[in-house]
Amino acid sequence: MDQLVIADKTFNSRLFTGTGKFMSNELMEQSLLASGSELVTVALKRVDVDNPEDDVLAHLKHDQFNLLPNTSGARTAKEAVFAAQLAREALGTNWVKLEIHPDPKYLMPDPIETLQAAEEMVKQGFVVLPYIHADPVLCKRLEDVGCAAVMPLGAPIGSNKGLKTLDFLEIIIEQSNVPVVVDAGIGAPSHAAHAMELGADAVLVNTAIAVAGDPVAMGKAFGQAVEAGRAAHLAQVAQPRVTAEASSPLTGFLNQL
Amino acid sequence: MYQDLFYQHNWDDVKASIYSKTAHDVERALGKEKRTLEDFKALISPAAAPYLEQMAQLSHQLTKKRFGNTIQMYTPMYLSNECQNICTYCGFSLDNKVRRRTLSDEEIIREAEAIRGMGFEHILLVTGEANRTVGVQYIKKAIELVKPYFSHIAMEVQPMDQDEYEELIEAGLNTVLVYQETYHKEDYKKHHPKGKKSNFDYRVDTPDRLGKAGIHKIGLGVLIGLEDWRTDSFFTAAHLDYLERTYWQTKYSISFPRLRPFSGGLEPKVEMTDRELVQLICAYRLFDEEVELSLSTREHPIFRDNIIKLGITSASAGSKTNPGGYVVEPESLEQFEISDERSAEEFAEMVKSQGYEVVWKDWDLALQ
Ligand code: SF4
Repeated sequence: MDQLVIADKTFNSRLFTGTGKFMSNELMEQSLLASGSELVTVALKRVDVDNPEDDVLAHLKHDQFNLLPNTSGARTAKEAVFAAQLAREALGTNWVKLEIHPDPKYLMPDPIETLQAAEEMVKQGFVVLPYIHADPVLCKRLEDVGCAAVMPLGAPIGSNKGLKTLDFLEIIIEQSNVPVVVDAGIGAPSHAAHAMELGADAVLVNTAIAVAGDPVAMGKAFGQAVEAGRAAHLAQVAQPRVTAEASSPLTGFLNQL
Repeated sequence: MYQDLFYQHNWDDVKASIYSKTAHDVERALGKEKRTLEDFKALISPAAAPYLEQMAQLSHQLTKKRFGNTIQMYTPMYLSNECQNICTYCGFSLDNKVRRRTLSDEEIIREAEAIRGMGFEHILLVTGEANRTVGVQYIKKAIELVKPYFSHIAMEVQPMDQDEYEELIEAGLNTVLVYQETYHKEDYKKHHPKGKKSNFDYRVDTPDRLGKAGIHKIGLGVLIGLEDWRTDSFFTAAHLDYLERTYWQTKYSISFPRLRPFSGGLEPKVEMTDRELVQLICAYRLFDEEVELSLSTREHPIFRDNIIKLGITSASAGSKTNPGGYVVEPESLEQFEISDERSAEEFAEMVKSQGYEVVWKDWDLALQ
């Protein structure tokens, strides 16, 4: 499969995964390995940064995985920047998934704080991947301040509803100069494949794998779906035929000239 | 900068790829909702010729959806025919022995009043490239002089540096048209043997400088007739695509000037038929639903009357292409001959009779 490049890293897999909600860390490890994912987000709030033997991290010690700490839990730009600095120290990576959701119920990302934080983090040398609503203008603003990718949501986080923001995702994909990673809402491999067919550069899946009946098998299924979707995108998906409305000819005048 | 992208393409490869498109590629492009640059290639290729009516219908629908039934009006005001460049296709070229003329402040105001009197609120200021006589300060002054008469000021003059553009935007400039003439680098050199314009790279990166300066609108295009129009149009579309992604707060327009007779005469190397021009206009619309497509008085009246429905969104009318041409000195030398001699009013009546609204004002200086 063709490779994805974000900042200074190259990925063979376009499936990004999360580490929350698994029954056990062992199951998480097996599922993520089965998925082929090479970028794995970890919530800073869940790891014990003072303990190098932290259990979550111990299960992610594979060459295959690059860690993407996220700032989940931060409610303001200031908190997010602080969290990113801690993560850089603790995990030795300057990559960060910027998440700011002051709303505890739906975990909706705060666009204003996110833009502010992104600008500051880029200045501090972070590779910033912001999690945001599927807002095309915000995506351009984030690109302008130097984000390495954008991560618009497909549906409310954890909802498994699929690509509810489809129309906006299409605009974002069309306009973006940086990779677009569809994040949140993807509940089934078919959703992931659809996002990839549309031309998304990657998808991020967590809940749908973690809570599946068989998370290991589901991790694998997602890996395959993402590959299939990407391949379909490159092969140019056939379109439903649009026939122009019959009306009087518009080019007849050319015969008079 | 677009230059970086530009040099990744090879002219001959692009050309070969356009000419190898098949009916199948055209049908796929027509069936899509969003079209890529590869689809654009198919739509401008010879293979698309049999699909012209279908393209026209689609172009009509898309234009109507985005712009409604409206046509925006503008007219050029030539401030000077002084030029230090040699361009093989232009009547103002340095080696063309003609009387040179630059409008004074008072003459600019008289022309502005006359043009405003014809109904226009959108004006396009045009000069040759003569930095000593019509440099940035002259143009700035001209913008200030015409500002009270018009709500939208565009210009088509020599490419400038970013800080110069910033100064002019501050003075009231809204739009800059800068045509690459041709993206064929060697041919570009042949047509621009002398003067600052011979710097291909500086010209190619002009829209980037405009984007960085925060201009409201940028107009792009090539001079059709210098080189293979299909390949040149592909590079224009690629340029547009890059600019839209990069300077996303800026608006864009495309023009399709076909090489016209002028005093000093260069025969077009490549002829573009009317049918092909329709194909190109529709292809742009199918590729980009947002872009403004503009038609000048270079074209024949029958052509202009019919193209209104096919994707065009703005048109000039009643145009004079000589400095002072409206009232100050109607007989001075034209840059090129125009083909539609009708007055602005006559043209507007024709547009209305087709069920379109004629939009004279679609911007206000207060918004800048
Ligand atoms: S095209 Fe412009 S630069 Fe070239 S000769 Fe004419 S006025 Fe001068």
